[in-house]
Amino acid sequence: MAFSTPESGTEAVAGPRALADPDGMRAPSPVALGSGVAVRSSSLWSDAYRRLIRNRLAMAGGVIIVLLCLIAIFADVLAPLPYTKTNFGRLNELPSRTYPLGTDALGRDLLSRMIYGARVSMLVGLGAQLIIVAIGVPIGALSGYVGGRVDVFLTRVIDVMYAFPRLLFVILIMSMLGAGLMNIFIAIGLTGWVGIARQTRAQVMTIKEKEFVDAARGLGVRSFRLLRRHILPNALTPLVVAVTFGIPEAIFTEAALSFIGVGINPPTPSWGQMVGEGQQFIRSYWHLCVFPAIAIAVTMLSFTFFGDGVRDALDPKMK
Amino acid sequence: MFQYIVSRALWLVPTLLAMALVTFLVMHATPGSPLDPIAEGANPLSPEAQKALAAYYGLDKPLWQQFAIFIGKAVHGDFGYSFVYKTRTVAEILRETFPVSLFLGSMALVLAVVGGLTLGILAAVHQNRGWDYVSVSLATVGVAVPNFVLAVFLIILFSFILPLFRTGGWDSPSDWVLPTVTLALAPMGIIARFTRASMLEVIRADYTLTARAKGLSEMPVIFKHALKNALIPVVTLLGPLFAAVGTGSFFVESIFRVPGMGRFFVLSMTGRDYPMIMAVVLTYGVFLAIMNLVVDLTYGFLDPRIRY
Repeated sequence: MAFSTPESGTEAVAGPRALADPDGMRAPSPVALGSGVAVRSSSLWSDAYRRLIRNRLAMAGGVIIVLLCLIAIFADVLAPLPYTKTNFGRLNELPSRTYPLGTDALGRDLLSRMIYGARVSMLVGLGAQLIIVAIGVPIGALSGYVGGRVDVFLTRVIDVMYAFPRLLFVILIMSMLGAGLMNIFIAIGLTGWVGIARQTRAQVMTIKEKEFVDAARGLGVRSFRLLRRHILPNALTPLVVAVTFGIPEAIFTEAALSFIGVGINPPTPSWGQMVGEGQQFIRSYWHLCVFPAIAIAVTMLSFTFFGDGVRDALDPKMK
Repeated sequence: MFQYIVSRALWLVPTLLAMALVTFLVMHATPGSPLDPIAEGANPLSPEAQKALAAYYGLDKPLWQQFAIFIGKAVHGDFGYSFVYKTRTVAEILRETFPVSLFLGSMALVLAVVGGLTLGILAAVHQNRGWDYVSVSLATVGVAVPNFVLAVFLIILFSFILPLFRTGGWDSPSDWVLPTVTLALAPMGIIARFTRASMLEVIRADYTLTARAKGLSEMPVIFKHALKNALIPVVTLLGPLFAAVGTGSFFVESIFRVPGMGRFFVLSMTGRDYPMIMAVVLTYGVFLAIMNLVVDLTYGFLDPRIRY
């Protein structure tokens, strides 16, 4: 979410679950029940996968996400018209047979623009997460592993960043860099790493005290390798959860930026920008903002349901 | 306790300075200057005129000096003249717009707290029955869907399909309804989720069982025994919620044409109105930081187990 919601760690404890899991507690894994079946060994990931598959709401979200990705990848094939193709004879038309979702103020096909809009959303959602992980995990790991003065310094930086309302900061950076996809990546990356860095730090600090780390160190494993091979893999689950929730947050941020006009550069369609421009004419041409608004809502909900599912699946204790 | 308040209050200073510095640097790293002509493709001002203007606004001094001057004046609430609305000082504009935003924000926050608590309690008391689903779905939608998207749906529903409210404006109390609801939905969802989870935990606690065992009826059990304890974690949420309402108001104010600070902020962004941007960012920053402090202190007050 773009509003500074509480740290996802705490949020996770209280997430909605009744929708997906009416009993309030998930049935134990079928393997563990083992009604006469030989007990297979199951890894964390295959267990989690099984739990995820059984969560219908999460799977519905997952299916929509896959569809959206496919639409984004094959936009060129799927879109009936190029997104820049104007038809000045048919401006602001309501949905019709030729234009299933109508046309915009320049006579461009709204359906085609929506299809290309998916590409921007997905790119930002996934791309920005890559950057956030690339910045946040090393900083958090360094801070938690080295400790001491480095830790004090980095925690201070993180705290100050945290105090700053995130969206405000993103808007500031965007107004400096100017609109554009690359700049959105930079702005989200620069501001978004704080949360994941905090979590990585907390994880690394607990894990480095564990016996197996002592054992590895005793066997002569050097620091960097210790961190990479022994500590980080064990810190992975909360990070995966954080990334799953980070994707819709990035998509939201892009939509919000484009909505106020500092996001994607105009000829490229973005759902947020379409809502922003369309809402000014909502009385006369409702279709201009309603369809992209629905697209944003469906995308955000799908990611939220899927994210909730992933969280419940990976860490049943968190429920 | 006293020591804690003082140290927290002292920490505000470097945090705000850092905020001001970052904003200041970002603004000055921006290509484009406030001396550029406003109309696109217009002839730039003559170099002499530019120099004179720069001197007038103090833009010719070295950056660190500009920053120091700015801080010195800002402490007294003087942010100088707006670059866009040239005849008005930033303080004037803020005095006019901040109360509107504050009013809208407070209404939204009250609605969010009252609505969120109600939904959360209903959900927990009727766990896995009708009310629970209603409240959890509402909370999920409120949290997941951006408020400018919710605004579009609300306008369609309550201005077109059911013509109850106008699509925007800020003239009569009926104009307050839609912006307030839109702004409140996200924090309401968050509060409802937390209240539900925290109530569920408390309802199963031994002392609730004791209250029931001594023959209390449902109402006092829920409100006197369970809710009081369930509220403690919910209070911590208020800090982030202030931020959510604050930044959320940019969008809500510009969709519903509310003459508040958020709308001005978006306008000042594109106009490169340096003093305005700085003032708005700092006002939000100070406001949020103080609110966070207040929330932390309230938390300690509510839960005597917490010591500073």
